[in-house]
Amino acid sequence: MSIKIRYFASLKDHLGRSEDELVSGGLLSVHDVWQRVNATQPLPSNVLVAVNMDYVNLDTLVKDGDEVAFFPPVTGG
Amino acid sequence: MTIIIRSEAFNPWQEIQHYQDNVTGYGATNIFIGTMRDFNDGDTVKAMTLEHYEGMTEKQLKKIVEQASQQWAVLDALIVHRVGDILPNEPIVLVSVWTMHRGDAFDACRFMMEALKSHAPFWKKELLITDEERWVTHNTDGYQPK
Repeated sequence: MSIKIRYFASLKDHLGRSEDELVSGGLLSVHDVWQRVNATQPLPSNVLVAVNMDYVNLDTLVKDGDEVAFFPPVTGG
Repeated sequence: MTIIIRSEAFNPWQEIQHYQDNVTGYGATNIFIGTMRDFNDGDTVKAMTLEHYEGMTEKQLKKIVEQASQQWAVLDALIVHRVGDILPNEPIVLVSVWTMHRGDAFDACRFMMEALKSHAPFWKKELLITDEERWVTHNTDGYQPK
């Protein structure tokens, strides 16, 4: 089991990929997850985060099997 | 209550008429239709691509309809939203609410539309007349007084 990480829209373009995968080996916060897979990229200040398709804060804990998504402010409608 | 994500152009009036055939007991219908403009931030826009987070979009829209139904006496609601490639004058979004009385219809429809704008994971990328592509970075504030 691993954590699936997804990126959307301008953040996906900026990073040059739409997904990552991470074997956590324990509890990690959403912010920890970003740092593990984007060590050289600071987390953009306006980024929104979802775990299993619900909005969460950066200190929310995630576990193997979760889907974590990072994306810019939404602009639908 | 129905949520539809469409990758092809749709006719909102036909959607409303068709859906309303199966709604009963209503005395008020409030409708919002958002249409693609051919201008934005001072530039001419010739096309747009709408990206979405499949699964989360539906989950968040369902939550928005549930929240509206808890606050107002909503009998039924229909949301249709485009994704993919869109041209100017094509409808992007339809929010339609059926209630017994007008106050609930107006207020629930406004709430659902504003919540969609701030919570549903859609992103617009514009193609300008110059062939430059750019992501739309923010929405206008729907509640801002004129």
